[in-house]
Amino acid sequence: MALIQIAEPGESTTAHQHRLAVGIDLGTTNSLVASVRSGEVSTLPDSDGNHLLPSIVHYAETDVHVGLSAQQYSVSDPLNTIISVKRLMGHGVEDVSIEDAHYSYVFAESESSVPKIKTRSGDVSAVQVSAEILKTLKKRAIETLGDEFEGAVITVPAYFDDAQRQATKDAAKLANIKVLRLLNEPTAAAVAYGLDTGNEGIIAVYDLGGGTFDISILRLNKGIFEVLATGGNSSLGGDDFDYEISQWIIAQSGITNADEPAVKRLLMQQARIAKESLAEKNSVEISINTDADSWLGTLDREQLTELLTPLVKKTLMSCRRALRDAEVENESINEVVMVGGSTRTLIVREMVAEFFECQPLTSINPDTVVATGAALQADVLVGNKPDDEMLLLDVIPLSLGIETMGGLVEKVIHRNTAIPVAKAQDFTTYKDGQTAMAVHVLQGDRELVTDCRSLARFELRGFPPQVAGAARIRVTFQVDADGLLIVSAREENSGVEASVDVKPSYGLSDNEIENMLRDSMEHAEDDMHARSLREQQVEADRVLEALDSALATDGEQLLSQQELDQIKTVQQVLVDVKNDADIAKIEQSIKQLEKACEDYVARRMNSNIKSAMQGHLIEEYSSDAMSKEEES
Amino acid sequence: MAITLTEPAAERVKAFLESRGKGVGLRLGVKTMGCSGMSYVLEFVDDINPEDEVFEHAGVKVIVDPKSLVYLDGTELDYTKEGLNEGFKFNNPKEKAACGCGESFTV
Repeated sequence: MALIQIAEPGESTTAHQHRLAVGIDLGTTNSLVASVRSGEVSTLPDSDGNHLLPSIVHYAETDVHVGLSAQQYSVSDPLNTIISVKRLMGHGVEDVSIEDAHYSYVFAESESSVPKIKTRSGDVSAVQVSAEILKTLKKRAIETLGDEFEGAVITVPAYFDDAQRQATKDAAKLANIKVLRLLNEPTAAAVAYGLDTGNEGIIAVYDLGGGTFDISILRLNKGIFEVLATGGNSSLGGDDFDYEISQWIIAQSGITNADEPAVKRLLMQQARIAKESLAEKNSVEISINTDADSWLGTLDREQLTELLTPLVKKTLMSCRRALRDAEVENESINEVVMVGGSTRTLIVREMVAEFFECQPLTSINPDTVVATGAALQADVLVGNKPDDEMLLLDVIPLSLGIETMGGLVEKVIHRNTAIPVAKAQDFTTYKDGQTAMAVHVLQGDRELVTDCRSLARFELRGFPPQVAGAARIRVTFQVDADGLLIVSAREENSGVEASVDVKPSYGLSDNEIENMLRDSMEHAEDDMHARSLREQQVEADRVLEALDSALATDGEQLLSQQELDQIKTVQQVLVDVKNDADIAKIEQSIKQLEKACEDYVARRMNSNIKSAMQGHLIEEYSSDAMSKEEES
Repeated sequence: MAITLTEPAAERVKAFLESRGKGVGLRLGVKTMGCSGMSYVLEFVDDINPEDEVFEHAGVKVIVDPKSLVYLDGTELDYTKEGLNEGFKFNNPKEKAACGCGESFTV
């Protein structure tokens, strides 16, 4: 006999049509799964009643442990116990070394661009490790719901780029979970607080988790969320708090063997326990016992505040930037939602309240709020709600565009555009007779290709040769609800098409995204200058190119030797100045060359018309304008 | 003619109704579908229809439409845990056979 849940009036599913769906918060420190049953959302516990699943995977001799059973190995067997794997998601090998201070496992030497962690059961990638966590959550959900579920909404930080989102989807695929949708964590949190049913207003979601910090500015309008801006720091979270405290312990205690992985883990563990106790107590005793040293000390709130203030200030800097992006003032924020276990730390709450000048929402457990929102969204997506009660809009974190002549980036979709979105832009050919065009897809907010991130390249080939500027190539960018990109190009005159699904190359950390954004602001003026210089240089090349091809066809017939020499002299001036960084000079030389060629251009026009009309009667041309041309 | 609730079932229904914030009771019913002919319906009730039968048991209003009542008379609604899963269970004396998964039944 199957167990039955209560449904809303008139919405009973028929037998065998139960639509179960879950929300999964795949976190850096802890993961969770939640589902809607009998009209209520709840996180699903394991058989011991634990809701949080520590995102820790331990590779034992024969099998794989996930969660609490893996946690116990983190001190005794750190090399085969993988923590905070989310930080590696979608990262390339070269990103890893920067942050390796936090890692206590060993990376394998590998040919591929994806970093692999050396374990006793072979080398594993971040995607594989995440899949183990998802498998455990899936098993728990099936046992709890008593049935297979249709799919899952998995949350990701708003800052995750295409590569990281794809990596998350890959992990779900490995775990055999159908992803209904990836949802930004802060957006999920706002849903959990039921802010979608509330008044209109602007909401800030402050999400300080174990390893990532996200700030999102959402606008609520008639029950629809629009993400105005997102910002954050993907390498800042509770782990850094713990690290800061562990450094303080090392300094206080003079422990000498702090570099050993096991000691490192022990220190981090003690630091976390101390931090958590200080949410309730004014001071806490810390005792460290290693093989070599032992130490007993006291940490109080005042000291903790001093240690953590710089880190919290960092998060507030991101908040300020996001507010600026969203073009809203601090005082227009109606609600601040606190997400992530680290927001339990008192100093965080105090400083956030002070910054936004309003008391943040903390009534829902900050550890489960994201999974709760994801479950609500999943419930809607499998069709358990009458019509789409919630329509969530997310934004793309960095602008997307293509390379144009001169190594410039033409942005097709600007950052903070709500997704899903499709935008098209027309481009044309640069040279006469051009039959192919390379499309280079880029991500970033700088003006030059070298400052942006290359996502994909493809070629549109085989359109008919035409004069420069005659081809009409429409490039369409399509970003789906998960933030994944498809770029297609079509030559409109001939209908030749090509497209690419951007399987983003791994290798850009969130940190770098943030740096790229910062750079784009800091270098705004340089970039503007660089862009106009390149544009003039491209224009100069175009003029020279056109002149050369004209002179080759009819230069000697239409011009005397003296005239030809004169044009060539002015042309040489442009060739000489075009590589200088002086925009005005190039512009001036282009004008001079155009002036010098005026006569020649007029003669060419006449001779072209003449040859086109030779052998025809004036009466054949109906337009007056044409006959006048002929007479002149 | 009666429908009853076990103590745990009544407690859960009360708790669910309270957290839902509205609703006057719980509707039990049957639908003719599923691989063995019939399946159970369990819904919150916002409006009671004139033809509905209302049973008050353990502080919970149980609402059944007359057509369903024929199949449900004597049913006891229970709330149980099976492993990690928990939910409502119809103990229906009229049920003769259920399909393998138990989601549908015949009388």
